[in-house]
Amino acid sequence: MSEPINFHFDVDGENFSSAGEASVIVKKKLRQLGIPPDIIRRVSIAMYEGEINMVIHANGGKADVTVYDSEIVITLADRGPGIPDINLAMQEGYSTARENIRSLGFGAGMGLPNMKKYTDSMEIETELGVGTTITMKVSLQ
Amino acid sequence: MKYKQSVSLDVAKCKGCTTCLKRCPTEAIRIRDGHAVISSARCIDCGECIKVCPYKAKKATHDKLEALEKYKYKIALPAPALYGQFDNLENIGYVIKGLYDMGFDDVFEVAKAAELVSAYTRMYLKRPDIPKPVISSACPAITRIISMNYPFLCENVIPLLPPVEIAARLAREKALKEHPELQSEDIGVIFISPCPAKVSYVKNGFAGESNNIDEVISVRDVYFILIDKMKQLEEDPAEFTEAGMIGIGWASTGGEASAVFNDRYLATDGIEECIRVLEQIDNEGFTNLDYVELNACSGGCVGGAMTVANPYIAQARLQHLKRYLPVSPNRPEQDDIPDFAYVTESIEYNPYNALSEDRNVARQMLSEMQSIRNGLPGLDCGSCGAPTCMAFAEDIVKGETNVDECTVIMRMLFHEYLEQHKDKALLDKLKPLKPSQPSDKEAADET
Repeated sequence: MSEPINFHFDVDGENFSSAGEASVIVKKKLRQLGIPPDIIRRVSIAMYEGEINMVIHANGGKADVTVYDSEIVITLADRGPGIPDINLAMQEGYSTARENIRSLGFGAGMGLPNMKKYTDSMEIETELGVGTTITMKVSLQ
Repeated sequence: MKYKQSVSLDVAKCKGCTTCLKRCPTEAIRIRDGHAVISSARCIDCGECIKVCPYKAKKATHDKLEALEKYKYKIALPAPALYGQFDNLENIGYVIKGLYDMGFDDVFEVAKAAELVSAYTRMYLKRPDIPKPVISSACPAITRIISMNYPFLCENVIPLLPPVEIAARLAREKALKEHPELQSEDIGVIFISPCPAKVSYVKNGFAGESNNIDEVISVRDVYFILIDKMKQLEEDPAEFTEAGMIGIGWASTGGEASAVFNDRYLATDGIEECIRVLEQIDNEGFTNLDYVELNACSGGCVGGAMTVANPYIAQARLQHLKRYLPVSPNRPEQDDIPDFAYVTESIEYNPYNALSEDRNVARQMLSEMQSIRNGLPGLDCGSCGAPTCMAFAEDIVKGETNVDECTVIMRMLFHEYLEQHKDKALLDKLKPLKPSQPSDKEAADET
């Protein structure tokens, strides 16, 4: 047993070109920890999608990745508009992204579905006008 | 097996400045005992450090021209980038004839094999069952970084040998056929390379392949000898070249990718941009792309650290040289890819940066690194000998250095010491620690 280790990132909502940088850093850290490649891939994809979501919808936010003995927990917290209908948002292909976002290649409506698909569990806490916190877990067992 | 790198250091010339340290894309360099040290486990032989070194202390290790003497029959394999090195060149025949006049018994243009590889690539891309996007295997710095960092992209790398290896094999076969009196060991297949990554490719054997190249010399080493020989030519040797537009196109970025005759391609260059593209493919998949050409050097192979000309000038010259050439005079004999063109082993993931095999130990080390990093100034100045404060923290935790190497921290300690000992005279002489303090600005104004 050893102490959990945390990586914290402030995701900049102003800068589209830097979206995804945190997931690149997380990948490097997880490689240093000797985490198996398939798990690194799942964490980084979930993290990347979440980061992009925070930039598109919530003007940025905070991302935390914590590595425990038996699991990796990814927490993405923003003070954006909140998600009005989670079930609808979870549908593949459903997107509220504006045309200018889509023209950048984002907003395909696969963000949340992919985050769920690549992690072992995902919880969404959201309140309209207050923000959204998504907690995802990937087992290391 | 330990990686044999081709970038090396002339210790006598190295001043221990931090230029290469800061530019190395894999953080493979440290400054120790006043000079650079390259970690072969991390080096991808991209040659960035050679290009940026202000003291010319970094160099590419390759075979010397004298090494050619030991072969009875010498075959030159000129990289297409070689053709872009010469000013006012009317046609490529001058370069080829010049190589014969230098003493080569045969010349097999890598550009010819590149046209075959382009044709094989088009065949490969038609297969329904391959992982897309297909990534080119031509740049060894790129295939090496994929093997180190991107386990899920290894299978996207096209399982075909790069043009230089195909050229070497065909050239050797041709020599044995045309000269039955020769033994294979009498033949020297000599690649004229634009970069150290390709030297390493030969030394290490691409993807476990035993290769057909005997020696690798540099474009730089043949450059002046060739100019001399070319000047002596009286007749126009245009018929000596057999390369077409596609083969020559491989020398610069986009030439290789456009030869797949398919608009779903991406071509980029410069190692930093290549890494960004690889990261994005790794995260997103880019399933709408068929082919990805990545060149570690800016401009493509013409930007290699063993060339002479500026890469963009070389590219402009190549445009001029290829304008009247046929598109692709070298075509495969069959409609499918011959067996010999395949690699025998695909690229294997070979991670280099786990801190420890024991995940708990690694986690403790990383925690310790983070807490050390938080106490460092965050200037990433490189004065400690590591490229960033985080890399410095890693070196400390690994026991390779200690925190006293941080010049900013040492300066703070020095001030503290003087404060404690009330050495006011000396303290007044020193600049204050925080540059934002007004007295600092005044001091600057005075000077």
